[in-house]
Amino acid sequence: MTVFLTIVVIALIGISLWQMSKILKLSQAKGADNSQVANDKDNNLQGKLMLAFVIFMYLLTIYCFVQYHTFFLPESASEHGIEYDRLMIISMILIFIVQFITQGLLHFFSYKYRGNKNNKALFFADNDKLEFIWTIIPVIVLAGLIIYGLFTWTDIMNIDEEEGNPLIIELYAYQFDWRARYSGEDNVLGKANVRFIEGVNTLGLDASDSYGMDDKIVNELHLPVNRKVIFKMRSQDVLHSAYMPFFRAQMNVVPGMITEFSYTPILTSEEMRNSEFMVEKVATINKIRKEKSKQLIVAGEEALETYEFDYYLLCNKICGTSHYNMQMKIVVESEEDYNTWLKTQQTFKEQLSAQASN
Amino acid sequence: MSAIAHVDGHEEDHDHGHHHKETFITKYIFSQDHKMISKQYLITGLIMGIIGIAMSILFRLQLAWPDHKFTVFEVLLGKFGEDGVMDASMYLALVTIHGTIMVFFVLTAGLSGTFSNLLIPLQIGARDMASGFLNMISYWLFFLSSVIMVLSLFAEAGPASAGWTIYPPLSALPQAIGGSGTGMTLWLVSMAIFIASSLLGSLNYVVTVINLRTKGMSMTRMPLTIWAFFVTAIIGIVSFPVLLSAALLLIMDRGFGTSFYLSDIYIAGEVLHNQGGSPVLFEHLFWFLGHPEVYIVLLPALGITSEIIATNARKPIFGYRAMVASILAIAFLSTIVWGHHMFISGMNPFLGSVFTFTTLLIAIPSAVKAFNYITTLWKGNLQLNPAMLFSIGLVSTFITGGLTGIILGDSTLDINVHDTYFVVAHFHLVMGISALYGLFAGVYHWFPKMYGKMMNKNLGYVHFWVTAIGAYGVFFPMHFIGMAGLPRRYYTNSNFPYFDDLADTNVLITVFALITAAAQLVFLYNFIHSIFYGKKAVQNPWKSNTMEWTTPVEHMHGNWPGAIPHVYRWPYDYSKTREDGEYVIPGQDYVSQIIPLQDGEEEMHH
Repeated sequence: MTVFLTIVVIALIGISLWQMSKILKLSQAKGADNSQVANDKDNNLQGKLMLAFVIFMYLLTIYCFVQYHTFFLPESASEHGIEYDRLMIISMILIFIVQFITQGLLHFFSYKYRGNKNNKALFFADNDKLEFIWTIIPVIVLAGLIIYGLFTWTDIMNIDEEEGNPLIIELYAYQFDWRARYSGEDNVLGKANVRFIEGVNTLGLDASDSYGMDDKIVNELHLPVNRKVIFKMRSQDVLHSAYMPFFRAQMNVVPGMITEFSYTPILTSEEMRNSEFMVEKVATINKIRKEKSKQLIVAGEEALETYEFDYYLLCNKICGTSHYNMQMKIVVESEEDYNTWLKTQQTFKEQLSAQASN
Repeated sequence: MSAIAHVDGHEEDHDHGHHHKETFITKYIFSQDHKMISKQYLITGLIMGIIGIAMSILFRLQLAWPDHKFTVFEVLLGKFGEDGVMDASMYLALVTIHGTIMVFFVLTAGLSGTFSNLLIPLQIGARDMASGFLNMISYWLFFLSSVIMVLSLFAEAGPASAGWTIYPPLSALPQAIGGSGTGMTLWLVSMAIFIASSLLGSLNYVVTVINLRTKGMSMTRMPLTIWAFFVTAIIGIVSFPVLLSAALLLIMDRGFGTSFYLSDIYIAGEVLHNQGGSPVLFEHLFWFLGHPEVYIVLLPALGITSEIIATNARKPIFGYRAMVASILAIAFLSTIVWGHHMFISGMNPFLGSVFTFTTLLIAIPSAVKAFNYITTLWKGNLQLNPAMLFSIGLVSTFITGGLTGIILGDSTLDINVHDTYFVVAHFHLVMGISALYGLFAGVYHWFPKMYGKMMNKNLGYVHFWVTAIGAYGVFFPMHFIGMAGLPRRYYTNSNFPYFDDLADTNVLITVFALITAAAQLVFLYNFIHSIFYGKKAVQNPWKSNTMEWTTPVEHMHGNWPGAIPHVYRWPYDYSKTREDGEYVIPGQDYVSQIIPLQDGEEEMHH
């Protein structure tokens, strides 16, 4: 079958090439004008197509916004994300205004001034005033954006451990999974280095550092709502990137150094799940999955599970073969739920003694 | 390649048999003539382009239909496509080599190599490049590096697959991914040779432009194409050596146990001895080239477009001085913005602020360029030849792609769109598609000069419109899946149910990609067919002012049969009129650069 299809495709390509050369010959024989330089007829048609093209672009833009509005991320689940979203909206509106005007002018001029034997172009080589105006406008607009952006950037990246009792968590990346290490009662992470990796000590904690004894290593990230979190990130092997899109947070995880990012979650998993946006989105996704499941069942395979929304962290720096599936679930919950969950997790000391008793 | 050159060379034989005797080898293979070398660059670049685009089709198929089995994978990828299922590491390899080939081999060598070689001597009035021999070496080094890059595809454990940016430690450790073994070694060797080739070429361009201009061709009378090639060559000389250093240190880390980029690594069950290196150092070195590289790719395209738009609008380019100034400003700024690729690399956030500032500054000269192009069209008499359509298309994609740069260049906004499909959409439009349009525009426009034939315009129109719609069809929706937070370089997006509703869009993008790729076959057909059977070109088919159109149609060594003509004016005296409203040369709306000022005519103080 596939061989047959291949032959058909090759034959079709052959035929189309043959036809094309025929068209070529016909077009050459037909008119007296065989210079292959655009004549008035070409200019006329191509100019109109230019106008049609900009309409196509406008329609494509509108189509994308209508069709894909559900693609945009929901409201930010972190505090600084609100500021981020505001800056994004301002920049987007600005961009689309400029895009609308400049593309319109470009293609409209291409249409309006399409060539004609009887027309004369205007010799217009310079105009200092005009050029000054369109240099100074971008300067002012961009200056505004830069200043606004830099204030937000400084706010986000200024990570102060002294301020407001932040929770310190280590994010640990390796091919191809994540671990989170909670700093325990003392809120201080124990020292660690890959050279200590052995047995259950998969994160290479320094067993002689007492700060590390109460650390808890888990593979699901739980965060209490409305409390600032500082992530300290460490990689075991290659570059990874901790990308938490719902929190407008991302930082590369670099072997040999500790990188940091901080945010305050403001919406619990439950709240996000029940938000209007997410309910609609998950319904759409489940509809798609149901359709797919039907086909899978026909093919004798297992149906897909129904999807329920959870925050996630994913790897966003190419890190190897299974890069596409390096994820960790994030749960944002109330302070009490968080504490209950944390109590059930083993400390590093308990892990070590469990290993020893085995 | 030699077969193609052979036929078109036949005419040369009868017309210029009196020239000093050349053998087949010195004429078509180890040629030192800039026109032949430019054709060699073009054809090598196009062949690499076919490979690069074919790869993109393969991985687009995978992204659109991740569950489907494709025989074509089995046929082309061998053991990496067993039973028609693409191997995940092969996906990364395809992405990596696609990027490498398109950026370096097609858009750097294929575009800049072709047109710098063709146009610099012809447009400044020189017999050839300053050193024909170095020029020949430059091409053959490029050819060698292309061969090695293609050979690397056949490495046992797969070709390089750490992304075209080859960030260590992934690219340094074969334990981390198969492609970082022999595949990566060959990649590095190929790129080292490529850099040597690029440097030889660039030095030659700079020396030629500075020293070999004909009498009267002052710097301010140079066509914008030459300005663009000249400045591009300078950026290349400044930044490519840094990539060579980055590659050398990486080679040492890989082969000789040094720790420039590696530290504290535990992989495949053992701790490596490396200590104290930093991958961030590599990122700095890489992007010190990597960012100027974007402009090395783009500036020649903008230069070509400036020339083509002015010629076909039958108007001078608007704001010649501003255009030159913005080329210089872009070139300067391009070397101090590299950090915007690294906002979230772990680099000090204060540095991020500085790079945001410089990055958004570069939007200013870019905006000036776009406005000047639009004003050049205003009240023109536009001759919508295929080259002109591609030039207008370039301005369009340059604006669309450039605007999203305002988002990515802002360190704050970059946080959440970094390394998503938003970035992919942005750079494909602003440098990929734009530069390709520049390449096509150049080929359509200067084909008569290269081969003495005309390309078929109707096929050119078909090529343009399908490509224009297809390119937007591919990359416009891509912004939206990027805004959804979909990371790039994912083998499949089906492992996150959250992305399930993006699947249809991925299919749409792939369909557009297939159509667009098919349209390139029309171009290839037109290109090859026209070389052999195209209509014979006249000396100055586009009624252009620049000097290359004063040379005979048939190529000859030394370009001009007699003395080199002198230059008396700038190249943009289109539709210039006398006080009584008549053209400077009655009945003709252009005045070639080699025509002296007419009675009572004033030179423009541009």
